[in-house]
Amino acid sequence: MGLAKRIIPCLDVDDGRVVKGVKFVDIRDAGDPVEIARRYDQEGADEITFLDITASHHDRDTTVHMVEAVAEQVFIPLTVGGGIRTVENIRTLLCAGADKVGINTAAVTNPEFVQEASDTVGNQCIVVAIDAKRISAPDAPPRWDIFTHGGRKDTGIDALEWAKKMETYGAGEILLTSMDRDGTREGFDLELTRAMSDAVGIPIIASGGVGTLQHLVDGVTEGGADAVLAASIFHFQEYTIGEAKQYMHQNGIEVRL
Amino acid sequence: MQTVAIVDFSFGNLRSVHNALCSLAGPDVDIQIATEPSAIEQADRVVFPGQGAARHCMLALRQKGLADAVLNAARDRPFLGICMGMQVLMEYSEENDGVDCLGMFSGRVEAFAPHVERGSRFKIPHMGWSRIEQVTHPLWENIPDQSRFYFVHSYYTAPRDKEAIAGRTDYVLPFASVIARDQVFAMQSHPEKSGEHGLTLLRNFLHWDGRC
Repeated sequence: MGLAKRIIPCLDVDDGRVVKGVKFVDIRDAGDPVEIARRYDQEGADEITFLDITASHHDRDTTVHMVEAVAEQVFIPLTVGGGIRTVENIRTLLCAGADKVGINTAAVTNPEFVQEASDTVGNQCIVVAIDAKRISAPDAPPRWDIFTHGGRKDTGIDALEWAKKMETYGAGEILLTSMDRDGTREGFDLELTRAMSDAVGIPIIASGGVGTLQHLVDGVTEGGADAVLAASIFHFQEYTIGEAKQYMHQNGIEVRL
Repeated sequence: MQTVAIVDFSFGNLRSVHNALCSLAGPDVDIQIATEPSAIEQADRVVFPGQGAARHCMLALRQKGLADAVLNAARDRPFLGICMGMQVLMEYSEENDGVDCLGMFSGRVEAFAPHVERGSRFKIPHMGWSRIEQVTHPLWENIPDQSRFYFVHSYYTAPRDKEAIAGRTDYVLPFASVIARDQVFAMQSHPEKSGEHGLTLLRNFLHWDGRC
């Protein structure tokens, strides 16, 4: 169709610094978000996502300054998620140079917030992050619920119904994380990814569980994802973004080379 | 000293456009964000970015008294429209139940219709990196034909005058992703977010004499 499937590296940020050990051999300071973002850009990342895990609200100014610094030097789309609760939070980040913001818990506690945000800044800026976990028995028809609090709290909301609702409320895109797979390196929950991609008309970013390059391919071909997000396989230089793209290309997936 | 005005008429990603231009401009170039008509009138070049919904953008242009200054600038200075800054140059947009736009180019802005091809659904918004098939123009210098640029949009531009098409992209249908006439060049994609090729295009714009 002419549109490249996107590869998006994700970086955890605490107090304006990248954490969770990103290791590039020739980077002087492994926590510097500007250096790391620039490196991913050079490798061919299609976007970069920052997940703000800063605990205190007080320190969120630091995140804004970090976004400003990255946006001055890296000219590909930047998404920032984590702790966004008000339209003012969103405006601040977009004005700092973010292109999109990820809304997670705030959407669950107050779905109208997504509508308000989308009406104010446009749906192209609004990514709704969904943390889903399979709750059905292995032999029963599949069902996934939305979980909050890092996967500890079941909201009782059906993930597919939720995605449809968020689309009508003005989400421009969905970042779908499988809580069953996150951190396992066993690959995406492909059944979940496919079900959600078929359920909505907006793009889906698949996340959670990538351990090999084949997992990225599967996310697109079997899961129907429009973009794939990964953290650890890129951070430790197991694979470069360029290698991931070559592998996807060799497997018949259209990517930006 | 030459000045470049970035017109501020919507809640858009002006910061990104400003950052990208600043990274390219030499010390003899002053890049300003223009919120007043006078700032546009005094500029040597005008960049017209925009994001959000058509109705809101047109309302802001008229309320701030920027519409005439923008039309005047487009008549005699190098002028670059980006995203919504391209769409509002048309006569009319289907968005928000219909909005009259600036009418610098004849034709309309239309919504992508739902479309399935070989079993896969085209997602709307069109979000990501698509190719642009170039039509010869000075701003394409040093950018290979069919290079990918970053797009985010749910509506596309359908100019009546095919001579105005300076680039084509295929998503849902082949559409005019770039239009140009005289010293006006306007594109649906975001050069400020399109990596190296986008920066090359912006650099070309900063050096362009406005001739085709």
